[in-house]
Amino acid sequence: MAADHTHSSGDHAHDHGSELSDLQLRVRALETILTEKGYVDPAALDQIIEASETRIGPHNGARIVARAWVDPDFKQRLLADATEAANSLGFVSPVGSHLIAVENTPQTHHMVVCTLCSCYPWEVLGLPPVWYKSAPYRSRAVIDPKGVLADFGVALPPDSEIRIWDSTAETRFMVLPMRPPGTDGMSEDDLAKLVTRDSMVGTGLAKTPDAAT
Amino acid sequence: MSNTIHDMGGMHGFGPVEAEPNEPVFHEPWESRVMAMQRAMGYTKLWTIDGGRASLETLPPLTYLAASYYQRWFLGLERRVVTHGLVGADELAAGHSLRPGRQLNRKLMPSDVPATMVRGNYERPAATPARFKTGDPVRARNISPTTHTRLPRYARGKLGTVEAIRGCHVYPDTAAIGAGDDPQWLYTVVFAARELWGDAADPSVKVSIEAFEPYLDPA
Repeated sequence: MAADHTHSSGDHAHDHGSELSDLQLRVRALETILTEKGYVDPAALDQIIEASETRIGPHNGARIVARAWVDPDFKQRLLADATEAANSLGFVSPVGSHLIAVENTPQTHHMVVCTLCSCYPWEVLGLPPVWYKSAPYRSRAVIDPKGVLADFGVALPPDSEIRIWDSTAETRFMVLPMRPPGTDGMSEDDLAKLVTRDSMVGTGLAKTPDAAT
Repeated sequence: MSNTIHDMGGMHGFGPVEAEPNEPVFHEPWESRVMAMQRAMGYTKLWTIDGGRASLETLPPLTYLAASYYQRWFLGLERRVVTHGLVGADELAAGHSLRPGRQLNRKLMPSDVPATMVRGNYERPAATPARFKTGDPVRARNISPTTHTRLPRYARGKLGTVEAIRGCHVYPDTAAIGAGDDPQWLYTVVFAARELWGDAADPSVKVSIEAFEPYLDPA
């Protein structure tokens, strides 16, 4: 650790010129040690980061949802075994075990949380956003889901039921949002542009064509 | 320890959920290095995914709450490489290696990365038939183990219904403490919000957990 810095270890947002925070220095030191000892290959780390920023992400989930909206047979496969259905497409990043898709309907709205940590279907949605991993979401999703939805600006019809999925095992959940009105005849590619990350977590709805332009 | 700060479901007082528009995948480069180191060291199979979670859950509560997500990951990883004898505390203090590394069974090479971007499979052959079937009423056990568990506090002792059988999976409670896979049947168990939170809860809300068979009794 540097002797000349003045930041606390929690002060990671600061980066004045060449001065590195205590945390940054510790992270760098750990990577140096793990590399020198032959435990990690920095080139492999680079590739993991690159894949996390590009290959995985909600663009995969959006393609899956758009296909389910236009292809009833695919939708049935998706709801029966989402891992198998997603991998059958051939154009999304490979999905491992054990992905489960749950379908939003006018009667039931699904929302996914991990109250214990940060479990998230990252192959199809990417790495989880900060709010998903935060104490406010993890604490309130199971006891006050309508309040959480209000934080996201989502109001459901008063008679709809809410179902929360707490990801407490190695199963992973993605929400199949409802197809928005006014999208008849749209192409699968254009439909995919309406599918937001939040709509696949259940903290949002798919965009309408007006909102997407 | 299971009754620790990580088990947040149902707590009050953390305030509103604040989503960041157009949030980047990483906010700082060090976060990406921590994430990648975590994955690369996980690849060595020196510890299980549950052992990794346990190392975060046993951080002191004030540390856990004050740290950002990737800070927690870093603190957990730093602790794990020391407790597994891979790195010495003197080396962390020095900021570089002071002695040769241990021989590992596996090291993540760049060519292996695409395969690691697909989640592993935690299903295992079942030694016995599933005890419960879809539709069965079940009561989550009231347990407070001093080691890792995935049964959240808010569900303990509560009456629910088996909605689905998800196969037989690695049991986190044993895997976390180096006691083996001990595969167990996994169920989606759904609870009414009123069962979990009392009569004032919203009757239109249901909550499910993924529950391993040892978490459940017939009801």
